[in-house]
Amino acid sequence: MNASRFIRWIKGLPIHIVLISLCLIWLLPTLGLLITSFRPAQDINETGWWTIFSKPRGSEEYLSYCAPCHGESGDSIPSADLTNPNLVDDFPRSFNLLSSLNSEIDGQLHMGSIAVPDEYAAADIVSYLKRISGIDDRPVFTLDNYVDALTGYRGKDTYLSDCETGQQSLDLSCDVGDLTNPRGMGGAFLNSLAVAVPATILPILFASFAAYAFSWMHFRGKQWLFALLVGLQVVPLQMTLIPISRLYAQLGLNGTFLGIWLFHTGFGLPYAIYLMRNFLGSLPREIFESAYLDGASHWTAFYKLAIPLSVPALASLAIFQFLWIWNDLLVALVFLGGEHPVLTYQIGNMVTSLGSGWHLLTAAAFISMALPMIVFLALQRYFVRGLLAGSVKG
Amino acid sequence: MAKPIPGIMRQERWTPWFYLLPSLVVMTIFIIYPGFNTLLLSFRNDTNTDWASVNCSPGQPCWGIFENFRYALTSPVMQTAFINNIKWIVIMVSCTVGLGLLIAVLADRVRYEPIAKSIIFLPMAISFVGAGVIWKFMYNFGSSQVQIGLLNAIVTAFGEEPVSWLTEPEINTLALIVVGVWMWTGFCMTILAAALRNVSIEILEAARVDGASEWTVFWKIMVPQIMPTITVVVTTMVINVLKIFDIVYVMTGGNYGTEVIANRMYSEMYAYYDPGRASAIAIMLIVIIVPAMIFNIRRFQEQEATR
Repeated sequence: MNASRFIRWIKGLPIHIVLISLCLIWLLPTLGLLITSFRPAQDINETGWWTIFSKPRGSEEYLSYCAPCHGESGDSIPSADLTNPNLVDDFPRSFNLLSSLNSEIDGQLHMGSIAVPDEYAAADIVSYLKRISGIDDRPVFTLDNYVDALTGYRGKDTYLSDCETGQQSLDLSCDVGDLTNPRGMGGAFLNSLAVAVPATILPILFASFAAYAFSWMHFRGKQWLFALLVGLQVVPLQMTLIPISRLYAQLGLNGTFLGIWLFHTGFGLPYAIYLMRNFLGSLPREIFESAYLDGASHWTAFYKLAIPLSVPALASLAIFQFLWIWNDLLVALVFLGGEHPVLTYQIGNMVTSLGSGWHLLTAAAFISMALPMIVFLALQRYFVRGLLAGSVKG
Repeated sequence: MAKPIPGIMRQERWTPWFYLLPSLVVMTIFIIYPGFNTLLLSFRNDTNTDWASVNCSPGQPCWGIFENFRYALTSPVMQTAFINNIKWIVIMVSCTVGLGLLIAVLADRVRYEPIAKSIIFLPMAISFVGAGVIWKFMYNFGSSQVQIGLLNAIVTAFGEEPVSWLTEPEINTLALIVVGVWMWTGFCMTILAAALRNVSIEILEAARVDGASEWTVFWKIMVPQIMPTITVVVTTMVINVLKIFDIVYVMTGGNYGTEVIANRMYSEMYAYYDPGRASAIAIMLIVIIVPAMIFNIRRFQEQEATR
């Protein structure tokens, strides 16, 4: 490396440091969630997710207090084999272990010249003994949290072990049907799809028609109407919730898919029309002119020319609308509620009712994030294009 | 529309309205009618049986038919919400726009630009609820020895007492705003990066040849050139922040002094069943947003004029 290149490298260093640390800060929260969702429930509450590659709890205490006599694996004294589950079962709590350590063995102090550990260290040692004796042997990573979250399992153990021993609760049948359990994320995933797909297609369909009229047709008040549309884009959703839920109560549409499809359609339209018109209006005039010269009607020009040409715009619009609906909580809360719980609703419920069930929460959150993340990473180009075309969304 | 439509595209007078009809009907039902209905409801009492003035109690201040607005403007809980919303706007908008601009400028100079941008942008794809869970875990407060929340683990590693981030009145709103910043910086970054790409390279090079420092180039050339875009981003962000609901709902439920306008509107309606008050709060929200709406329409008309 010659001198000038080295100087340039040094000069660029601050940029890399700032940028990479920002990226790390942005990544850490999600990474923590992802790692935690694969850890056994007990581990999650005992140690932070960043400790997964360090030694299990209590191993250091064990090494300094017990290993000198019992050996690192615990089986150096055959009469007191610490890997023997029956022996370890005598110490369900740390004070049982402490009293054993304080008592004498064959007239000698149990600990010999080593000081007796304090309460906290004893508790850690007990937890480690359970691990090496196989009473409480857990893998570092597990898929149990995802199974439990998908099936809506709320018991003390795990869904799989309960099903194995036949102790599952009455509403679980231990077959594929459990995936549609109303408390689980599996059913909620399907509900989210059932909400998001039609509520993405409908507004785009309507918007294409309207945008075509705005771009290539004459009518009075066109400018005025379109300016109104631009204004409507920022109307807050909150403005319309109360009248619409009253209207729905009268029509019996509360808690139905149709109701929420229509609502999302209404709210997606201003932005969709705006974006589509900007795209259609920027298509070259000549192609439409020659189509009309060849005798094409507006209808033919619409579905043979305008629609095929605007596939990129349709794609970004579809991604936008889909993510918006998939991630929405407020509308689902008000118009669907617990009738057909969607993913966001289900997680919101878990947060408030479960409190610290992190193994379920983290898995559930990741289930809800997986699809949007895939859509986003795969179609990022279209997403960004849609964002730039009209940066305001209601 | 500045671009003339070919004269040959003759049509029946009502054809355009056929194309417009589905959209207009749906938007009228779902945006325009409810808007007016909400306005009407804001003057009614909690059961919509009489005007709001019947809710006045003798000896207490009363705004007559505007009684719900008295609540929306002067009640302690709403004042907390207003103050919090101002905090949200000031801190979140300046942080998202500032960080977004910083990252956009820096990322332009490195080879791993696409990866860096994707990482910053990724939270945009996640729901507020998902982000709420992610950050609730970050903020986890363990009362025992072990801290499983990353932030408290760092705090205790420095020998300090762990902090209950979400219930401590001085810091909890700030803790929620951090979540918002984490989610929306990517949005600002993307739009600002696109604007930066349009800054003329010749001018930048000329300034550098004349000996201007990078700092001067940034403040004297880049920022003024992308000022229109910055204005748009700021307006959009202000609107977005005013509508923030999910983060507060999931993480604190508006308790411990973290109330915001949009969450209060939801609680008034669906926890206390008072559509009058909820509507008045919704009207407050739109009144604050109207200037942004007018700004958007103006900008649109300017764009049309130069098309």
